[in-house]
Amino acid sequence: MIALEGLTRHFDGKAVVDGLSLTVARGELLVLLGGSGSGKTTTLKMINRLIAPTSGRVRIDGRDTAELPGHELRRSIGYCFQQIGLFPHMSVAENVAITPSLLGWDPAEIRRRVDELLTRVELAPEEFRDRAPDALSGGQQQRVGLARALAARPLVMLLDEPFGALDPLTRDRLQQEFQQIRRDLELTAIFVTHDMVEALLLGDRIAVLEEGRLAQVGTPAELLRSPANAYVERLMETPRRQAELVDRFLGRDAGP
Amino acid sequence: MIEQLALVPGYLTAHLRLSLLALAIGAGVSIPLGVWLTRRPRLEPGVLGVASVIQTIPSLALLAIMVPALAALGALTQRFGVPLRGIGFAPALIALSLYSVLPILRNTVAGIANVDPALVEAARAVGMTDRQRLLRVELPLAMPVIVAGLRTATVWVVGTATLSTPIGATSLGNFIFSGLATRNDAAVLMGCLSAAGLALLLDALIRLLEVGMRERSRARVGVAAATLALLCGYTALSFAGTGGERPIQVGSKAFTEQYILAELMAQQIETRTGSATHKLPSLGSTVAFDALAAGDLDVYVDYTGTIWATIMQRGDLEAPRDQVLGEVTRFLDATHGIGVAAALGFENTYALGMRADQARDLSLSRLSDLAPVSPRLEIGGDYEFFQRAEWKSLLATYGFAFARQRSMDPALMYRALQEGEVDVISAFSTDGRIAAYDLVLLDDDRGVIPPYDAIVLVSARLRREHPDVMAALSALDGAIDAAAMRRMNLRVDRDGEAPSTVARAFLAERSDSP
Repeated sequence: MIALEGLTRHFDGKAVVDGLSLTVARGELLVLLGGSGSGKTTTLKMINRLIAPTSGRVRIDGRDTAELPGHELRRSIGYCFQQIGLFPHMSVAENVAITPSLLGWDPAEIRRRVDELLTRVELAPEEFRDRAPDALSGGQQQRVGLARALAARPLVMLLDEPFGALDPLTRDRLQQEFQQIRRDLELTAIFVTHDMVEALLLGDRIAVLEEGRLAQVGTPAELLRSPANAYVERLMETPRRQAELVDRFLGRDAGP
Repeated sequence: MIEQLALVPGYLTAHLRLSLLALAIGAGVSIPLGVWLTRRPRLEPGVLGVASVIQTIPSLALLAIMVPALAALGALTQRFGVPLRGIGFAPALIALSLYSVLPILRNTVAGIANVDPALVEAARAVGMTDRQRLLRVELPLAMPVIVAGLRTATVWVVGTATLSTPIGATSLGNFIFSGLATRNDAAVLMGCLSAAGLALLLDALIRLLEVGMRERSRARVGVAAATLALLCGYTALSFAGTGGERPIQVGSKAFTEQYILAELMAQQIETRTGSATHKLPSLGSTVAFDALAAGDLDVYVDYTGTIWATIMQRGDLEAPRDQVLGEVTRFLDATHGIGVAAALGFENTYALGMRADQARDLSLSRLSDLAPVSPRLEIGGDYEFFQRAEWKSLLATYGFAFARQRSMDPALMYRALQEGEVDVISAFSTDGRIAAYDLVLLDDDRGVIPPYDAIVLVSARLRREHPDVMAALSALDGAIDAAAMRRMNLRVDRDGEAPSTVARAFLAERSDSP
């Protein structure tokens, strides 16, 4: 579905992403994991060309994305990020309706779609439709952000630490809901995070980035079992230790 | 007071027309330019720098610069059959438009630059083109800041527009300049209050429009937009009404005698020929001459000594009166096609004046006596005086060494002398205030100051196309002696009569007597 081929980006002559090749299967969620400066956000933004690659290419369904104008490409890809970026001068409904209106959908069709999506992200349309984004809680805002990203029925979703600024309970709830939506809609997704636990919970596979290069890619189990290098091993220690700690509090022995 | 009130609608309309059009041009240039600059951040410091430099030019100077600039441009466009007036509406409009650029431009750039980067990223991510991002996200979010700039520009432009009077554009400044020159405080107050009221009104309307748009209140937007549209429509209609045959343009400089003489000439023309006149009051001295030479002005009164020294650049100041008049007349005709329709019969020369009591205490009557005591005295002069050739000759001949010299508004100069802030002033020999304030003029015993015969100057066009007007003006030759002029000046300066009333009385008295 999505293929990155030798994707490279330089900033001021320095490679931030360096020759990255990866594939993501249809309906799969791939987590891009790494510390700050590992190049995970830059990689994500090169997929919808918010950042232009210095070299290399991205194919979606075999088609080189460089063939499309950037704005047309982005209309076909959902994008969610930590700052959410709801437009404060537009109502909730107007925010959700943006991409369909850019695509020239029929207004009645847009209205139906907005209500359907607000319901889907568990915001009652009649209550939230005409609210200003500023009047919503952080969790509610990110629900609107998710609805906006899904509005034009994209098949690919890019998410950049979308739940990073939320409190743990809200984050947990939204993670579950997102997984449900993703499965229902059979979305292919790339999810950037530096949170190991989130990566293990959500990822079908995890790609670990280290200074712009791919350190290892595999299922959570593979990464936990056989880390490819010391960096990956160190990353995996954190969730392991947390799990052991939790088990001890619950009075159980750690692992087999 | 009532006479002043009658002038309000005309001045207010002209002021509004000038301000609104300047703001429209300013915003029309600055907002697109500001947007363009946010796309080319490297050019931003340079362009904002130029706009700032324009802003630092004193507004009066910027307006004055436009006159020769437009006259030069007018000479060029004339060849393509497009006439462009060097004085009046056009130069004032250009200067005010330039003046409104900086606040709008700066706020447009700042408003767009300060849009949250997350919103810019979101706008791109949802698939907006650059243009859609600008129109749907950046401009709406920057609008409060841009409108704040527009409001600043509005207050500046409406205020500064009062200074367009000396370059021949009618504005509420007509009240202020003529009021200051003729000591009519009611007129000054009227001009200031009207301009301030207009600035506040426009500011409030723009604010109402912006708040209404932000809060999506149809009522507020409706009221503000309708009122603004009404004002624009009204001024546009009054603009359309100014077409047709051009009336005779009668100019005056900014002092009492000039207002009276302009009224007198206009009334003389209207009653004798029936031609319509339009008065351009309070012009700068060189503005008036340049405008006459360019044909933008048809008639005004100047003085032989002024032409002799500033236009002809003649250094030999001690020439006899008749010789100067003859040479000036020939020079103006030969070089500019300007005619001298009449010599009015009086001289208004520069003279140095003092309070009578102080002159008595120091036993001064002649300029030669003044030189030895000058280091203990301060002198005040009008804005031109210390730059003039006469002042340089006075210094060279008498060897004055005043403790301090101060340029001041002629209207305020007399008060400064009265209150002892200065000891000597540059005065005009026909000034009614000389008697009113009990001043003495010191005798130019070494004959340095040239003759200053008041002469009626007429444009080449008027000479060619309006022989009847020429005849009406020539009838004023020798009609006014110095005493008569001083009396008329005093009636305005001391008694607060309107220049038009005084002029009318003079003409009536003249036609009654055989």
